[in-house]
Amino acid sequence: MLLWATLRMEMEAKEKNQQLYKPYSSGNMLKCYQSLMLIIPELRGSASCLHSEPEFEMADIFYFCRRGVESIVDDEVTKRFSAQELETWNLLTRSHYNFRHISLRLTVLWGLGVLIRYGILLPLRVTLAATGISLILVLTTLVGFLPSRELRFFLTEKVHVMCYRICVRSLTAMITYHNRENKPKNGGICVANHTTPIDVIILANDGCYSLIGQAHRGLLGMVQRAMVKSSPHIWFDRSEVKDRHLVAKRLSDHVADKTKQPILIFPEGTCINNTSVMMFKKGSFEIGCTVYPVAIKYDPLFGDAFWNSSKFGMVNYLLRMMSSWAIVCSVWYLPPMNREEGEDAVQFANRVKAAIAAQGGLVDLIWDGGLKRAKVKDAFKEEQQKLYSKVLVGEQEQGDNKSSEENPEEDKSYHGSANGQ
Amino acid sequence: MGSNSSNMNHIPDGQQLLQDTGFSAAQIIRLYERFEFLDKDNTGHLRPEDLETVPDLDMNPIGARIIGAFFPPGKETLDFGSFVRILAHFLPADSNRTRAGAQQEPANSTTGKLRFAFQLYDQDRDGKISRDELLQVLRSMLGLQVTEEQLQCIAERAIQEADADKDDAISFDEFRKSLEKVDIDHKMSIRFLR
Repeated sequence: MLLWATLRMEMEAKEKNQQLYKPYSSGNMLKCYQSLMLIIPELRGSASCLHSEPEFEMADIFYFCRRGVESIVDDEVTKRFSAQELETWNLLTRSHYNFRHISLRLTVLWGLGVLIRYGILLPLRVTLAATGISLILVLTTLVGFLPSRELRFFLTEKVHVMCYRICVRSLTAMITYHNRENKPKNGGICVANHTTPIDVIILANDGCYSLIGQAHRGLLGMVQRAMVKSSPHIWFDRSEVKDRHLVAKRLSDHVADKTKQPILIFPEGTCINNTSVMMFKKGSFEIGCTVYPVAIKYDPLFGDAFWNSSKFGMVNYLLRMMSSWAIVCSVWYLPPMNREEGEDAVQFANRVKAAIAAQGGLVDLIWDGGLKRAKVKDAFKEEQQKLYSKVLVGEQEQGDNKSSEENPEEDKSYHGSANGQ
Repeated sequence: MGSNSSNMNHIPDGQQLLQDTGFSAAQIIRLYERFEFLDKDNTGHLRPEDLETVPDLDMNPIGARIIGAFFPPGKETLDFGSFVRILAHFLPADSNRTRAGAQQEPANSTTGKLRFAFQLYDQDRDGKISRDELLQVLRSMLGLQVTEEQLQCIAERAIQEADADKDDAISFDEFRKSLEKVDIDHKMSIRFLR
């Protein structure tokens, strides 16, 4: 059925005014710096090539001015926090980024789509989801009462997998798992890029993980407490989250116990719109155990899974998910990685991040996901000033700061913004 | 594509902007969406804080000045029309459609672009870049990376080179003259997505 839908959409795409999503060049900081070094001498025209030492020119301001206005019109970071644009319309008004009324036929089709989605698919899915959640609650509590440990482990796995399968069906998620031989094993950490809370269900569908997160109240809290009864998860109180050592200790204790399932961690710390991978917080990479990277890529054609937490609450989001056509995604299990000699946590994190980005076809950005809510650190501005002054004043004073273009400077700001994760 | 103009109805001054600036309808619609995105509290106006949320701008050494260009002294809010007219300075000069009755010179002509850049320097809008103003810009672009003397030196040289009538300040004409070898159109244009 989905194949038919795709074909129809392609037909329509030919009929109508297609909006093409033209990506800007990568926001990689290094590239920005290099362009600064190249463009400013260019700006000055031929006359100043004759001078032995470069001087300030009035035209230098053009470079910064243009960069600034470009970023006002569109920028690499904030657009990662809103849903991705589609090339063709998938008959969902919510991905209606720039489409206008084209023809009556299309509107009729869309109306039909709405009927199907809200009238048939949604109720079906909601019932399924309700069944799934209540089953989790009931069965995990029951299993928790069992005396025998091995029986408990065995049953837990069965129960979990069954419940997650139900949840997955309730979202109509079509998941393709690649490289399952690299599936995370006990006593390690599983690391993945974060797009939506549904990531958890998608991954848990194929294996048992221990989750880590904040302890909530209400329905979610009940589910959390029930889950803990049958298998070890790590739930934090809000007050504890700030204490990094406590977090690290609980993590390492869990990991050291080889009978415990691998922990699922999302180091970005916030939901990104699945076009890029943002900075990984280094906390989970400091523990020194095996890291199993996983790349998750959603195909937004049948339904965009990204959760824009500033726009929609959780319930609203789930309703939207359940009334899309389907959630299509691919999961790649990458070979396990370990921290190497002489590599510190941040470099290790970057290495893992690069692997995940490469596999998932995502842009590897150095920006901190925390920029969703907070402003940029002054260190970045200083970097730009440093480079510009290099162009002007020359290399002599910069000798001791030679490594400024490379990672260490960026690390300083990483440490600052990753504090307390 | 005739349906384009019908979608501009919800954009304030849409038709007027289409005529006055060189933007196409699709570009204006896109800019409107960006405007709405930046306008976090949905007031229909932008304030300086809204522009400050763009990380790239925040870390730009002259970010504050660029924001200042959008908000001239006395104006605390920016409506969509002004937003577009200022951005029109950055259209490539060749995208101007010849319109009958285009009264004044378009914003994206070389002179228009130069004026915009001139105003980045000339904060008090007195028509001249004083030595002080030049020093301030240099300080923003260089931060603490150079000493005060070096800064004075650089400013001194720049003024001497450009200042033709020796009044210790750079007027707009002197500014224009010192940049005559620079390809302004290329350096001060950005690519607006369709």
